[in-house]
Amino acid sequence: MRALFKDQEHLARMAGLFVAGIVAFLVLQQLLVPKGFGLYGHYRAGALDDNRARPVSFAGQAACAECHTDQAAARKAGKHARVSCEACHGALAAHAANPESKPEKPHGRATCLKCHTANVAKPAKFPQVEPSEHAETGLCTECHQAHNPGMGS
Amino acid sequence: MDSLLHGVEGFMYPNEIELQWSVLIVLYPFITGLVAGAFILASLERVFRVEAVKPTYRLALLSALAFLIVAPLPLQLHLGRPERSLEMYLTPHTSSAMAMFGFVYLWYLMAVLVLEIWLDYRKDIVLLARSTTGPLRWVYKAMSLGSDNISPRALEVDDKVGYFLTVIGIPSAFLLHGYVGFIFGSIKANPWWSTPLMPIVFLFSAIVSGIALVMLMYMVTSWFTGREISMPCVDTIARYLFYAFVIDFSLEMLDLLHRVYESDESFKTLDFMVHTRLYTSQVIIQIVIGTLVPLGLLALTQLVRLSESARKGTYALAGVLTLMGIFAMRWNVVIGGQLFSKSYLGYTTYKMGFATREGLLPAILLMLLPFVILWVLVRLLPPWHDEPHPPAEGAAQAA
Amino acid sequence: MTDRRQFLESSTKLLLLTGAAALGWDHLQAGEPEKAPNYHTADHWWAMAIDIEQCIGCGNCVRACKTENDVPKEPYYFRTWVERYHVEGGDIERPQVDSPNGGYDGFPEKYHAGDGSKNFFVPKLCNHCAHSPCVQVCPVGATFEAADGVVLVDKSYCLGCRYCVQACPYGCRYIDPRTNTVDKCSLCYHRITKGLTTACCETCPTGARTLADLKNPKDPIHEFLRKNKIQVLKPQMATGAKVYYAGLDGSVR
Repeated sequence: MRALFKDQEHLARMAGLFVAGIVAFLVLQQLLVPKGFGLYGHYRAGALDDNRARPVSFAGQAACAECHTDQAAARKAGKHARVSCEACHGALAAHAANPESKPEKPHGRATCLKCHTANVAKPAKFPQVEPSEHAETGLCTECHQAHNPGMGS
Repeated sequence: MDSLLHGVEGFMYPNEIELQWSVLIVLYPFITGLVAGAFILASLERVFRVEAVKPTYRLALLSALAFLIVAPLPLQLHLGRPERSLEMYLTPHTSSAMAMFGFVYLWYLMAVLVLEIWLDYRKDIVLLARSTTGPLRWVYKAMSLGSDNISPRALEVDDKVGYFLTVIGIPSAFLLHGYVGFIFGSIKANPWWSTPLMPIVFLFSAIVSGIALVMLMYMVTSWFTGREISMPCVDTIARYLFYAFVIDFSLEMLDLLHRVYESDESFKTLDFMVHTRLYTSQVIIQIVIGTLVPLGLLALTQLVRLSESARKGTYALAGVLTLMGIFAMRWNVVIGGQLFSKSYLGYTTYKMGFATREGLLPAILLMLLPFVILWVLVRLLPPWHDEPHPPAEGAAQAA
Repeated sequence: MTDRRQFLESSTKLLLLTGAAALGWDHLQAGEPEKAPNYHTADHWWAMAIDIEQCIGCGNCVRACKTENDVPKEPYYFRTWVERYHVEGGDIERPQVDSPNGGYDGFPEKYHAGDGSKNFFVPKLCNHCAHSPCVQVCPVGATFEAADGVVLVDKSYCLGCRYCVQACPYGCRYIDPRTNTVDKCSLCYHRITKGLTTACCETCPTGARTLADLKNPKDPIHEFLRKNKIQVLKPQMATGAKVYYAGLDGSVR
């Protein structure tokens, strides 16, 4: 028996090395896999939190309506009812958090033209104008009321 | 960066304009292919008893090891966060071919290649551990795992286990490179890659490149060390190269024919790409120079009786062109698959840097590195038992 | 006798409590959002409804998204973008498509009215697939589908291997050059879990884009799906895409 083993002893040593390697790997795995991995699926549970932790830049029109009730009401009554405040006024979360900080007022022409410049690809029923043919200069707000865009300012 | 936009023709989804996988990802299947092919050539002798190729057995194994060691390096260089690469072993996603490949690689490196080399060389290692002086002695002692037993019985055991290892090594080699093919072939989003033929085409082109590599390595190292090239050996290797190449070429032509015949929604855009942006690398380099010419040369040696030196020259040329062709094939798959838009409406260009992290320079250095490692391995574990006999010396002595 | 029994009882209790405490500690350390007040992932199944007939290509969504989610401003990185289609002579197999800077600055006029062509805009974003091929191929679990149907990226775990970018049929992923990790639309997860809508839907002036919660019986998506002819992008890929388009033309890729 001993003699038989003697000629395979080197194989046993190699096998031992392999086993040691596998054990070392398993230990390493236990130590290094991040906490919460696999809790909900094959991912780190903390990733859900990480994705939720991003700061908000747009406040949402509900936040604006809390203070700016007049503008909110005017908008609701007219054609811009579905246009949220921040669609024209930009990101306002900072202002909503600190009303003292005054955001930039949207430009009375450039802002409007972003949506209302005529383009063949826009739905035909959408109100659009050729800027060069419709009051080439001047602000749109001279004739149109931004929050309730009929004629008359 | 803006120059990237200039390289766009037609429409690409905005996120597609910049290529994701660079020349380093071309290098990776090329290198693993050489490994698989070299091993399969080695197994020809061990398992299928093709005695003629015995002189290349150890060289093939050492070459395979040298290239396998280098294989993960282009991947590391390519990763956005290489320091996190251990995650693939810590939390492998079992549905991801890439993750599972990490274990296939590890299995092949440790349980097949290293074990087989160790078993085949064990007698030499023990002898060298006894005879060497200096710090190198400890290296050999470590490699022998402290065992001094090289009795005939022990060596018989080694031989049996080695044989068994080669037998499981063959499907392991198939798995190693077939898997790389599967990594591409299983991507339904990319019509250039998505085909069940991909693992098989990759595997056979790997075999072709591996055989060509070992053939060239044998001829070059013999010439370098003043050893005589065994003509039966290279003749046999060249014959197997020819057979493997015929199968590989047939498979690739089948893929092409199938695409042309079925002509599905992606065909027009792929066809246009092959005729324009991919023309040089696909038609000229891969097909004509890299496949048809070496096939023709090899066929010539099978049909016409050429002199020894003519055969050597032909084999060498065929080998070099073959390696070029197989590299081009990897390039055409990886880069070609990213040159067209998934909207089938446009094309972009690949801007390869030179001295950047994923540029041409690191690619060249990574291709040279295995030869450096091989040189070290050959010094450490000489594949030859005999002393060199340069013919001139023999002739002078005879005279 | 009673001492031994008491000992066994108390040590068993201790063992169980320790085990429970250890588990609890694990959960605590993992930061379980499930246990956070108000938002429960199991109550939601997020999707998006896009009405092609309403989209005017103003680019508000593209700009808002880049602002809200700190997306690099270069023209190669978009969490959402808008494409313009120009179909001449009813040739839906060969539309002309463009997306200048993803639609970030709107669309300068390129075509002429009255040439008999069909023109429209198509907003695109991650489809948050229910059988996502990108999640399937991620080697480490750095991208995943949350229980509420949103496909998210774990930025601190991503290797930047780009396999998911290759696997996405819609081209919605990119590598953030600042972190070398992958990024894509997260359906403004940080907003929708707080009761807000996504930045793109918030700033869309025509209601072309609307966030939808399929698990909410009162959500307008149900009516939307019933009333309109609905399409998803690349249905043949069977990705389970959850961005539903109404009025999508056959030429759209």
